[in-house]
Amino acid sequence: MTTKGVRRPLGLAPTAVLLLGALYCLLPVCWVLAASTKTRGELFTTNAFTPGTGFFSNIADLSEYRDGIFWQWMANTALYAGVGALLSTAVSVLAGYALAKFRFFGRNVIFNVLIGGILVPAVVLAVPQYLLLAKAGLANTYWAVLLPSILHPYSIYLARIYASAAIPDALLEAGRIDGAGENRLLRVVAVPLMLPGMVTIFLFQFVAIWNNFLLPFIMLADDERFPLTVGLYTLLATGANQPALYNLVITGALLSIIPLIALFLTMQRYWRTDLSGGSVKS
Amino acid sequence: MTKANRGARAYSAGATPYLYLAPAVVLFTLFIAAPRGYTPDLSLRRVQFSGLGLGKKSRTEIFVGLDNYRTAVADGEFWAGWLRVLGYATLVLALMLGLALVFALLLDSARVRLARFSRIAIFLPYAVPGVVATLLWGFLYLPSLSPIHGTLRAFGFDNVDLLSPSTVMFSMVNVAIWGGTGFNMLVLYTQLRAIPRDYYEAARIDGAGELAIALRVKVPILAPALVLTTVFSIIATIQVFTEPMTLRPISNAVSSTWSPLMKVYRDAFVTGDLYSAAATSLVIAAISVVPSLLFMRLVRRQAFGEER
Repeated sequence: MTTKGVRRPLGLAPTAVLLLGALYCLLPVCWVLAASTKTRGELFTTNAFTPGTGFFSNIADLSEYRDGIFWQWMANTALYAGVGALLSTAVSVLAGYALAKFRFFGRNVIFNVLIGGILVPAVVLAVPQYLLLAKAGLANTYWAVLLPSILHPYSIYLARIYASAAIPDALLEAGRIDGAGENRLLRVVAVPLMLPGMVTIFLFQFVAIWNNFLLPFIMLADDERFPLTVGLYTLLATGANQPALYNLVITGALLSIIPLIALFLTMQRYWRTDLSGGSVKS
Repeated sequence: MTKANRGARAYSAGATPYLYLAPAVVLFTLFIAAPRGYTPDLSLRRVQFSGLGLGKKSRTEIFVGLDNYRTAVADGEFWAGWLRVLGYATLVLALMLGLALVFALLLDSARVRLARFSRIAIFLPYAVPGVVATLLWGFLYLPSLSPIHGTLRAFGFDNVDLLSPSTVMFSMVNVAIWGGTGFNMLVLYTQLRAIPRDYYEAARIDGAGELAIALRVKVPILAPALVLTTVFSIIATIQVFTEPMTLRPISNAVSSTWSPLMKVYRDAFVTGDLYSAAATSLVIAAISVVPSLLFMRLVRRQAFGEER
């Protein structure tokens, strides 16, 4: 790729089209960056993209709102997404490894049934999941959001592809001949080889849970346990008729995307959509 | 359970694989299989009130057969919701996937500058939750706040209401395109990068330009990935919920039954009729089963067809 400039001239039009796309995608983010720095007065009077003077007072207002419930939402979201994605990755990797590297009775049936889970639309699950969790006394608890988020059929599918590609059978065979137990092989051979794929599975699942709205919206009644998405929604629903609350919503929106954008920019090389390559390259 | 020894390509190790699969299977049973089995059961029942409908004894669950389905299918608002979602989904699929394909092809051509910046910027909205994306655009649609209206005025469009009954769908389509293009672009781009570069040399020697190579060589190679992203997007757009729900507080044009899934939510949790919500959700599932089955076939053929 080093010769690209030499061999072919720079395409002005393609570059321009891509930059326009980038501009379109950055526009709302730039707007919220500017808007969150504005005081109530400035929000409606100054140019949309000029920074204002009220950033810190907005944060202070948001922190004071209902005794700092916004930060509670932030902590809840980190808990749901962090713990949920961690457990989800562990469950997926175990299952994917078993499906890829062992031959056993019922393997195809189990795989097909698990993958079939992708086909069940969330809409069919939402109502009965709530009812069943309510029967178990778990509705409106942290468990109600955490437990249904752990199983993610698509992650199992990815883990299986990844285990097939990343772990050579010969390595496992050699370990077995040397007398290593299965759990030891898993710990010493499989997990280290699958680590890059595990990071990818974790990241996608982390974002999916962080961004989820329907599940917590249905499961939770008590706003002490809300994640950011549901919290911001209720803030907007109460604030829509009161422009005075716009600042809170805007500042809250900005703060809620900063952690994900940071994660996103620092973990660039793990954001891959195919795991079949077997290794992650930047 | 028996140990299977046929074809010893992968190792057979007694109970170990079952142990490793146990957490997934248990969670699947509890949170997918059980609820899925419960829904049809619910959909065939209804609560009947006797007397004044007060007290625990006056409330009994009765079997009503397919009554809830008849009501669900006969509801004009349900089909109006489908119609709205059909229009929404068609626009989102065509524009979002079209843009994703164009961006992926442009990124892959060697002639662009700042490709890395553009790629990261276009993928960035993936990190923004649907609620927040809708909220940001929702504010940008408000005339009192938005730079959009000023721009439109400069081009001679006065008083454009982006949240009126006739425009709100397009405003929602825009949010979906903004949020979804980057992810699909990345899927396609990753696929393109996996193609060896010298693959194109033959076409170049034959005198094909970049455009011809893109259309005649790259797009056909991308076909399976395009089908995959399309089916995924269909399943997602049919279930649209977060975006219209979040726009409701700032637009009167979005009813509480704007999309079929919103109707399920309203029936189940606002009006408290779980039974008809269950029936409606099964009708939605039945309608979306076609793209799902297509997806299933693709996944199996693509990933594991050659492995067995």
